[in-house]
Amino acid sequence: MGFLIGITVLLSYQLLGEALVLLLDLPVPGPVMGMLLLFLTLLVRKRTGQALDSASGSLLSHLSLLFVPAGVGAMLHFQRIGSEWLPISAALVFSTLLTLVVTALVMKGLQRLLVRKGAAHE
Amino acid sequence: MNEVDLNTLWVYLSASPLLGLVVTLLAYIVSYRLYEMANRHPLLNPVALAMVLLIVLLLITDTPYSRYFEGAQFVHFLLGPATVALAVPLYQQISKLRALWSVVLISVLVGVSFAALSAVGIAWLLGASPETLLSLAPKSVTTPVAMGISETIGGLPSLTAVMVVVTGIIGAVFGTRIFDLLGLKDDSVRGIAMGVAAHGIGTARAFQVNSQMGAFSGLAMALSALATALLLPWMLKLTGLIG
Repeated sequence: MGFLIGITVLLSYQLLGEALVLLLDLPVPGPVMGMLLLFLTLLVRKRTGQALDSASGSLLSHLSLLFVPAGVGAMLHFQRIGSEWLPISAALVFSTLLTLVVTALVMKGLQRLLVRKGAAHE
Repeated sequence: MNEVDLNTLWVYLSASPLLGLVVTLLAYIVSYRLYEMANRHPLLNPVALAMVLLIVLLLITDTPYSRYFEGAQFVHFLLGPATVALAVPLYQQISKLRALWSVVLISVLVGVSFAALSAVGIAWLLGASPETLLSLAPKSVTTPVAMGISETIGGLPSLTAVMVVVTGIIGAVFGTRIFDLLGLKDDSVRGIAMGVAAHGIGTARAFQVNSQMGAFSGLAMALSALATALLLPWMLKLTGLIG
């Protein structure tokens, strides 16, 4: 029963998110709004509970499976990918690797700054 | 069983959504087993492997993607509730987050802006078409969100989905190696960078390393989705790509 309740909660928040986005004409996708609403609910409620833990745990443990159907859609775009393979592959590879490096270094730098500031306060 | 029977069976099965669903699950399970047998070698990424297996299968059997997707959509649909489910690990890390809140927020904002602008910039320099540029822009956020953004800004959502998946695979394959090269050991830093650059596929990889890196990656993925959805249309307007 726990799993069933958990998955129902997740789907209800998604529905709520989609409805809110549509009604208020927000520039955010529905599932993201649903996640935000659930996060706020958890902050107020101060615990997740077994039902939500089990449903979110099983969905997130097989997260990468969920990307497979969209990935197979590459076959719809063979022609475009074939004629623009250089800009597409260069953009994907270099932008992804550089984003990993830039984000990690920015965060490490900020943490150092924060530690130094904390030390200066003492 | 003679040829006519086999044909009837195939016509029946290929018209039912069940076949697309079952082959998706089988392809993933087989790919995951192979990945485990190779000691989780990053180059044997299960998503990439399953994608290749399924595309080859569909091409051999001359099955159009739309018919395959009638079954596979049941798996695809779960991306929605899975995105909502990210609120749970996010909440579970709240105590660690409180201390790091501002650092995480700034890093994510810099990261998502860099991800979108660098992808569009590189592709533009190498002469990509406008539809391709717009489809590339949201590549670093999780599929349902990226497809939604792509549609809003005038890209091709199904092309965006492919870019998103390939981006995730690149991040998952090279991420930990890059962090090692840079001498980055902190799981919060590694997780945040992984989630910003490589969304759910990177997060799945981060959870394999340890749960702390996974939680931070999940957090970064959730924040990136939100930040990109809010910022990207506005950033593209500034660059003059959309009116």
